[in-house]
Amino acid sequence: MNIHEYQAKEILAGYGVKIADGGLAYSVVEAVQRAREIDGDVWVVKAQIHSGARGKAGGIKVCRTHVEVEKAAEELLGKKLVTHQTGPAGKICSRLYIEAGTNIAKEMYLSFMLDRSSERIIMIGSAQGGMEIEKLAVTNPEAIIKIYIEPAVGLQDFQARKMAFALNIDPAQLNHAVKTIKGCYRALRDLDANILEINPLVLTANNEIMALDAKMIFDENALFRRHKIAELRDNTQVDSREVAAAEAGLSYVGLDGDIGCMINGAGLAMATMDMIKLAGGEPANFLDVGGGASAERTEKAFRLVLADANVKAMLVNIFAGINRCDWIAEGVVQAVRNIDMKLPLVVRLSGTNVEEGRRIIANSGLPIITADTLADAAEKVVRARNEVVVQKA
Amino acid sequence: MAILINEKTRIIVQGFTGRIGTFHAQEMIDYGSNVVGGVTPGKGGQTHLGLPVFNTVKEAVKQVGAEASIVFVPPAFAADSIMEAADAGIKYCVSITDGIPTQDMMTVKNFLRRFHKEERMLLTGPNCAGTISPGRAMLGIMPGHIYIRGNVGVVGRSGTLGYEAADQMRLLGIGISTSVGIGGDPIPGSSHRDILERLEQDPETKVALMIGEIGGPQEVEAGKFAKEHMTKPLVAYIAGLTAPEGRRMGHAGAIISSAGESAAEKVALLKELGVTICPTPSLMGQTVAEVLAKM
Repeated sequence: MNIHEYQAKEILAGYGVKIADGGLAYSVVEAVQRAREIDGDVWVVKAQIHSGARGKAGGIKVCRTHVEVEKAAEELLGKKLVTHQTGPAGKICSRLYIEAGTNIAKEMYLSFMLDRSSERIIMIGSAQGGMEIEKLAVTNPEAIIKIYIEPAVGLQDFQARKMAFALNIDPAQLNHAVKTIKGCYRALRDLDANILEINPLVLTANNEIMALDAKMIFDENALFRRHKIAELRDNTQVDSREVAAAEAGLSYVGLDGDIGCMINGAGLAMATMDMIKLAGGEPANFLDVGGGASAERTEKAFRLVLADANVKAMLVNIFAGINRCDWIAEGVVQAVRNIDMKLPLVVRLSGTNVEEGRRIIANSGLPIITADTLADAAEKVVRARNEVVVQKA
Repeated sequence: MAILINEKTRIIVQGFTGRIGTFHAQEMIDYGSNVVGGVTPGKGGQTHLGLPVFNTVKEAVKQVGAEASIVFVPPAFAADSIMEAADAGIKYCVSITDGIPTQDMMTVKNFLRRFHKEERMLLTGPNCAGTISPGRAMLGIMPGHIYIRGNVGVVGRSGTLGYEAADQMRLLGIGISTSVGIGGDPIPGSSHRDILERLEQDPETKVALMIGEIGGPQEVEAGKFAKEHMTKPLVAYIAGLTAPEGRRMGHAGAIISSAGESAAEKVALLKELGVTICPTPSLMGQTVAEVLAKM
């Protein structure tokens, strides 16, 4: 789960990481009010969206007067910002963070993440901050230092010092640097975050070490024990279809194609989408309906898939293990009737009680196209989709 | 032979008396697995499905000689149950539970590494369908009837895609020595490579099929192992050609977050390593059949 920059900074401040003075605003009036409350003569108005690279998208504005703050806030609030991380749809900005301008002497990079290969937390740093670490890894890999942390003992002081020296931090700031680095690690472990990234971590003209930006991503599986973190969820930053899916207990990812999918199991879902693509189509979504697919759940899944106006045909692919094909078939028939579905539907059932399931579909009198194999199903749904497109043209 | 489990393996169920534990324990018994009891803390001394219930795994090991366990405990408590099994001397544990926090799995793996290699419990899962040695024993939640006994060893991250592969092979008359689900989580108990190592040692297994997906380094590491250490042919399918970067595709671990983690990149790397790639997911059975025919 993603959170906003201001939320991550608030968390880190609680762990001894220095941040600039700042305040949150939901309106232009509030933005100006926040600027008035913050000392100094430079303010930064920062769009709060769940994405990096906000600067390039015009989401960060440096202001020298309260009037400029007002103008920046007017421009950003309600605006859709498109970055390479948001995709073409962009993300809407409904919150602003107004921060005191910082006089930067030096920019650095610091992050912590779960490394799947070593099954440990890895601390990554570079004295060259401000740019994307992925790009730096390609252009100048020697500039990146990686330190692996033993889970049983945690981050040790000597490791934090090693990182501080690699970041070229002045010995006079060493203790503060160690405190900052250890605070970040503690926040990640205490709160079940999978990623914590500070880019840039800066040395100010006053020789202070400060987090100028902050990104934290939390483990969805651990939210049951991190209630305060769970409350930070901002559904305006998530595809509304995915929000509806999560509420129905379904796993859904919206894509750009026009063939809707309902499948049980994440791996089979990905494989079925691959098959659609290989047959010349493009999937509109990933949807794992899960193990215990009741009729009610099936109908919810259908409604979710068909809510996407791009969808021109739909494929259901179920391999029943714990599920039973007859239950699924009843759910499908009920969903098609209740929704009064007009688009072509291809259904492929396999596994437990498959004959009974096929009989229910055949006897329903509905124009459902059935398929025996994965390849057959993909070809049939792509053909059905193409016919719909031809008819419309 | 087969690997990990056979008809003699003495199995216990952790989370035995719960709804899900009860249902699948009965399914495993019906399949012919040698289930000898279960563990539900606080219900020790009771009888469930005609079998003894124990308070601790240690008691189950002592009294009924439990060797393998299957964990149906809810996510908040599953890591603890896995570590209890390891401590009690269980040799092989399957964790079905989906939704275990990643840092808990980091702790579990760290805990397991403390044991000397010969005494270390093997863990597969979590978030998997389990393991089956067809015709001998089922330690999982799969539909047992789609698996026939034979000489193809299977390892995969996904449950239902594993069923799809087993079914395609069955229709071609190809059987399976053992099929192991390693699960869809970012930190799995065992990797593809860990299971391939065992399949390579198994005299009954002639060919190995690996069913992978986007995210993480596992499939390529397994490919490297196959090139350097395997005499048996390895066939692979990688799901997720259409998966966009940075989005989690159902499984907690199915997310492309760095270079080399997309399906196309993994396929290219595996091909270079000499692994036979299934061109489409509908040709998993066919590809295995072709490799078998050449032997």
